[in-house]
Amino acid sequence: MSTKPVPTKPSETLNIVIVGHVDHGKSTLLGRLYADTGSLPDGKVEKVQAICRQQGKEFEYAFLFDAFLEEQEQGITIDTARTFFIWKGRQYIIIDAPGHKEFLKNMISGAARAEAALLLIDALEGVKEQSKKHGYLLSLLGVRQFAVVVNKMDLVGYRQDVFDGIEKEYREFLGQFKAVPTQFIPVSAKLGDNIVGRSEQMSWYTGPTVLDTLSLFRKEAARSEQPLRLPVQDVYKFDARRIITGRITAGRLKVGDHLVFSPSNKRANIQSVEAFNIEPQPMVAEAGQSIGITLDEQIFVERGEIASHQEQLPSVSTAFRANVFWLGKKPLEKGRKYLLRVATKEVDCEVASIHRIIDTMDLAQQQGSIAVGKNQVAELTIRSKTPLAFDLSSSFESTGRFVLVDEYDIAGGGIITELVHDDQEFLREEARRRDFAWVKGEVGVEDRAKQYGHRAAVVLFTGGRHTGKSLLARKLEGQLVADGRHAYLLDGENLRRGLDADLSEAERTQTAEMARRYGEVARLLTDTGLIVVSTTNPFGLAYHEAAQAIRTLVHPAPVIAVHMSQTAEEPPSNTDVMLVGPTDLDAATKRIMDELKKRGVLAQAIGAKPVFQYSI
Amino acid sequence: MKHLRQLEDQSVYIFREAYKHFDNLAMLWSMGKDSTVLLWLARKAFFGHVPFPLLHVDTSYKIPAMIEYRDRLAREWGLNLVVGQNKEALAAGMNHTLGRVTCCTALKTNALKQLLEQKGYTGVILGVRADEEGTRAKERYFSPRDKHGDWDFRDQPPELWDQYKTTFPPGTHIRIHPLLDWTEINIWEYIKLESIPFIDLYLDRGDGTRYRSLGCAPCTTPIKSIAKSVDDIIEELRHTTVAERSGRAQDEGRGMEMLRKDGYM
Repeated sequence: MSTKPVPTKPSETLNIVIVGHVDHGKSTLLGRLYADTGSLPDGKVEKVQAICRQQGKEFEYAFLFDAFLEEQEQGITIDTARTFFIWKGRQYIIIDAPGHKEFLKNMISGAARAEAALLLIDALEGVKEQSKKHGYLLSLLGVRQFAVVVNKMDLVGYRQDVFDGIEKEYREFLGQFKAVPTQFIPVSAKLGDNIVGRSEQMSWYTGPTVLDTLSLFRKEAARSEQPLRLPVQDVYKFDARRIITGRITAGRLKVGDHLVFSPSNKRANIQSVEAFNIEPQPMVAEAGQSIGITLDEQIFVERGEIASHQEQLPSVSTAFRANVFWLGKKPLEKGRKYLLRVATKEVDCEVASIHRIIDTMDLAQQQGSIAVGKNQVAELTIRSKTPLAFDLSSSFESTGRFVLVDEYDIAGGGIITELVHDDQEFLREEARRRDFAWVKGEVGVEDRAKQYGHRAAVVLFTGGRHTGKSLLARKLEGQLVADGRHAYLLDGENLRRGLDADLSEAERTQTAEMARRYGEVARLLTDTGLIVVSTTNPFGLAYHEAAQAIRTLVHPAPVIAVHMSQTAEEPPSNTDVMLVGPTDLDAATKRIMDELKKRGVLAQAIGAKPVFQYSI
Repeated sequence: MKHLRQLEDQSVYIFREAYKHFDNLAMLWSMGKDSTVLLWLARKAFFGHVPFPLLHVDTSYKIPAMIEYRDRLAREWGLNLVVGQNKEALAAGMNHTLGRVTCCTALKTNALKQLLEQKGYTGVILGVRADEEGTRAKERYFSPRDKHGDWDFRDQPPELWDQYKTTFPPGTHIRIHPLLDWTEINIWEYIKLESIPFIDLYLDRGDGTRYRSLGCAPCTTPIKSIAKSVDDIIEELRHTTVAERSGRAQDEGRGMEMLRKDGYM
């Protein structure tokens, strides 16, 4: 049955994962595939056979790739192995995933890398717990191409009715979440039926063998036809060029394209596509490529922003609904803080609600939970500390999925199913429309920053009445100007009598419109390059709401939030400096100045050119 | 050629993630074909620059031509080269006749651990490939090592899509493997595609033998081959069924699993 591999030059690579319940024969299938295509090094089979003889056990193909001593002793796969073989012009990287539920995180790591999958089911045992879980997870992980391999047909006398029964049962299960396998294949991995050669025992089966099925899997190329998504990975300035780098996750771009960065709404044209040792310099790039570009204008863009064309922008919000699988040692809890990573963006988040937990055995739903345990799948709403750009996973794969980090570890992952509107939505939309239509002069933000020795920013004092906000704001403005910075105290009183004079008494008691006007004035001032010093005094106790609105409108200028209170209390979210009790003005001023330096607003020394943090 | 660019894009992405997340980053360079391709990929990722030091763990038993090649490229490409050596063990007479695993542990693993500790590197980039041997096939792109440099392969962190483990407790470090998906043939195909300079020990220089894998002189033996060019090597590898590291003594028995668990590359 052994066929020598055809030594062809591969033209592409394809990642395949083999999944399924423990002991259903994944490693055996892999070993058999390699042995029957002549893809194993000389003496490998003989070497493993010798070890088996020595240990007094029967030779199994599975031992070829279970490299760890422990794996061979226990006869199970602990961690995924990457293996390689070339067949008909394609280089396959085949990942053998463990089927034991204890190693689910390893199975998921393997499947997350795959472009297609083989899912194994034991003909004698039938559809088991992990068969279902793995099928469901493949769908959740975005592996849409897969074939179901019904193994150990020799143990059921190669009977077609057994095979048909399994196919019917499993198709029904998959149908509930609209997963459709490309093929069901009856095999015996141990005896080599329908792996590489056709089985003489199952003449009733006329479909492709496992090897044929691999060739039938398609390399996904359609991503380049989608709208552009380029998550910013980093910004480099190793030489005269300032290069924005990232991997295009969808669509394509070319020199001269107008790009919008979300959520900052910054815009510029692509001046060049940079590359090392490529002649002539590229003019275009497409999905999958790790690239570097320069822009025609010096704008601050940070890691985590998503570049796109203006016609098809990603969503921006602080909340979304998602399907999540949890792998953490500690359960996922409502209200606890996690780090959220969507493409290259990293931001603090919490679980706002757990809608339901899904049992992958029967897809039954359980409601009213406050925590998600290890290896469970759930529907959640996640809320982030600051707005981020993302897509729905139904439209974009890479920018529509995320991981959650608990302490030091990636503890879960998921796909975004729905945008959740937050209370800043209208203001954010206003800011976006305004920024896109903004008429610029000849002097850019960067030019002003160089000239002034600092970036534009807003220092916003929040807190209740009589906490000393005005006093400290004045002191800070004085200190900044004395140091040679360009700062301005924006007092709400000055707006009341002028800009807000057209508002009725009733309207003036409502925070929304007052805050909107205040935010737009602050936005104008930051565009002049000023450090705006301000308090939420005009809004009284509605400072939470006002601070949020101001933040949305001046975005992406940094807001340094200083909260003052008489007694210890929970400060608004995003507070940078917390001052409790009677304040020593000098010490407090110094703390705020240090924070401005830390955030890269102020240059370290007066007169020196500011060293900005281009990315965080 | 397209498959090489796909591999390159993935490696470049990993390099940039590493550079972004690790303040104290370094890369191992043994001057072999793999780590030299790795070095080239770093120059791809950073547009001709290599923004971190290159570490060479010098066992003192390397083939002299490798040291000449090292110093020449370091000069030409403006590399920041850091050489580490377990001088104590060498002074005490360590060599391969005392046992190969013992010698590798002392002169490579321990020398590396000393260097990492001394310089406080928290991220180390290495050129290991999954197709080299069994335990490397089970590696992650970002693979944590504990305080003693040990690898807990029983409990590796999940690695989802393009999200890697970039946070870690103080005192531990992360090994970063941008070449994990590359095969031996891919390495040579890429050397050809990009015209990367390599040591001619990999070629038959007239005696009908060449090195397929380079390590210390006493523990590396050449293979029979008449490959005199990169094209010849690629052609030879397409037809061979002999394992790449068959000339490397440390792979015998369970040598590699034991070495790697304790922090070997």
